[in-house]
Amino acid sequence: MARSKVMKVLTENPVWRSVFRHKMPSDDRNRVLVVLSNVFLHLHPTKVRKSGVRLSYTWCMGGLTFFIFLVESVTGILLMFYYRPTAEFAFEDIQALGAHVPLGIMRELHRWGAHAMVITVWLHMFRVFLTGSYKPPREFNWNVGVILLVLTLLLSFTGYLLPWDQLAMWAVTVGTNMARATPFLGNEGPGAALLAIGDTPLVHAGSDVRFALLGGRFVAAGALLRFYVLHCIAIPLAAAVLMAVHFWRVRKDGGISGPL
Amino acid sequence: METFKEIVNFLTNPKILLILSVVMFAAGLIFIRFFTKPIVAIAGAAASVVFFGLSMTDENFMLIVAKADNVPIVMMVVLVGFFTWLGMRRAVINDQLMEAGQETMERRETKQKVFVWPDLVYIEFLAIILCTVGLIIWSILLDAPLEEPANPTRTPNPSKAPWYFLGLQEMLVYYDPWIAGVLLPGLIIVGLMAVPYFDPNPKGNGYYTWKERKFAITTFLFGFLILWVTLIFIGTFLRGPNWNFFGLFERWDVAKLEALVNVDLSEYFWVIWLDGGRPTNPLLRELPGLIVTAGYLFLLPPILAKTVFRKFYAEMGPIRFNVMIFLFLMMASLPIKMALRWMFNLKYLVAFPEYFFNI
Ligand code: HEM
Repeated sequence: MARSKVMKVLTENPVWRSVFRHKMPSDDRNRVLVVLSNVFLHLHPTKVRKSGVRLSYTWCMGGLTFFIFLVESVTGILLMFYYRPTAEFAFEDIQALGAHVPLGIMRELHRWGAHAMVITVWLHMFRVFLTGSYKPPREFNWNVGVILLVLTLLLSFTGYLLPWDQLAMWAVTVGTNMARATPFLGNEGPGAALLAIGDTPLVHAGSDVRFALLGGRFVAAGALLRFYVLHCIAIPLAAAVLMAVHFWRVRKDGGISGPL
Repeated sequence: METFKEIVNFLTNPKILLILSVVMFAAGLIFIRFFTKPIVAIAGAAASVVFFGLSMTDENFMLIVAKADNVPIVMMVVLVGFFTWLGMRRAVINDQLMEAGQETMERRETKQKVFVWPDLVYIEFLAIILCTVGLIIWSILLDAPLEEPANPTRTPNPSKAPWYFLGLQEMLVYYDPWIAGVLLPGLIIVGLMAVPYFDPNPKGNGYYTWKERKFAITTFLFGFLILWVTLIFIGTFLRGPNWNFFGLFERWDVAKLEALVNVDLSEYFWVIWLDGGRPTNPLLRELPGLIVTAGYLFLLPPILAKTVFRKFYAEMGPIRFNVMIFLFLMMASLPIKMALRWMFNLKYLVAFPEYFFNI
């Protein structure tokens, strides 16, 4: 009795009614309305196949990947308040974050979340493969997924440089050294020597793809700034757009896959 | 304890490890009904826990595992193991149901519809809560690493890429950077994107099954479990200073010298087999390797099309088949090159150091 009274006071007033346009979702009609009248829940259809909501079917890995992406966005924005992407300050700022914030775990949440997202996106792809969900009509969405997978790895990789410690600098050095060997476009790649005007080589250490990636010949201040911009703006933006496409296509392709 | 460690160190020597993982992979799929039984999985999990516990007593192992950035790798191995088991178990159950003429688990429930609110929303909510709690606990227990400030003049030994790229870094051992770092990663992406257009099999869409998709699942599992996850494991735990191979419990000795006995195919052919000298003309010198490579890439596909993959060829037509088989052979070339390296110390099949072009 007491509970329903509280509910009544809570829900039967103009403020509540202005936010929620439906009654409590305790009957079918309102269960539909709750999904239809909420922009976030509206990602979902109102009804789904029972086989598709099983945890043992989807492992909820796509959903968790998206959730961790949101966690990364929030914690990342908080980190940006304190971090300056220059060779002079980057390391100090990260160090200060650990030293001066009592019980601070934003950096930890962001870093472990990033690792977790890499794992969940692999597992998501794995389950999509095992259930044959890439087969018609979902071929295109699988492709969107592959690009999201690459973007997830690039997000993690560009973020790895930002603490500007030994771990960061050398992991990124190892990772970007390979770009040197790109056929034709890297200064040590096969065919690069062919690209020359007379005796002047077109592709050298100061003009190849690695240089473009790092903004210099080595992992230095230029690379830090480039990776920062890629990490905080370019890649998340691209990923967010593709996720919108991905989710929209899940619905357009007939919802979570099931036997035809 | 010492003998245990020595046995493990012996088993994690590259030759044995390569054979062992392929044998285990094959056994897992051949005896899939046995391995997907819950009791077998529990026994396997228990054995892994005991093994992990014992390993933690080893200081060299602890040095690697306790690195904060390596913790996710342990989680990844555990999760991949569990979900491989879960997926294959559901596949086996469905296969048995279909053999008995019954509907798969998915089909039984596919015509029933449930409301998103509350049936789906509450699962999502639960998953989010669990994930949040997990992340928070992880973050409280384990600090994010921060080493000394970046210093371009001091190269750490070994220098490792982030853990999820260690498979690519390991490929650098067997291939030139332009293949390992550019061509193969590119082909992995292209190959993944092409999967839906190559798989002509209409079965197994929207439910777990093993019997109806043996080739597709074997190929994917091999790529994911052996060529991706296992190589990451090797890169993390078995690759030490100077990128030398170390046993799981071996001390990372910077001074460890590995005899560089790797030889190119040209040396094998002209010097060892023909007992002569290597020709000075680079083209002639590399002819044997060029023939082998050309045979692998251009002769093998038509042979496969006429024999083992006859059915695929008929279903896919020449263009799709040839692109598929090219990607397949490129993927297969990695374990083949690893085997040639570890078994016969073969360095390059074709080597034109003059042009930065080695295969
Ligand atoms: C940032 C990365 C990604 C996010 C946030 C994401 C999210 C999702 C979500 C929420 C779903 C709904 C079903 C489920 O949870 O399993 C889904 C389905 C799907 N995803 Fe992803 N995904 C990502 C990456 C990928 C990748 C890497 C692939 C494959 C290469 C992929 C392929 C698909 C396909 C084909 C479906 C439809 C599956 C079905 O209908 O059963 N996605 N994704």
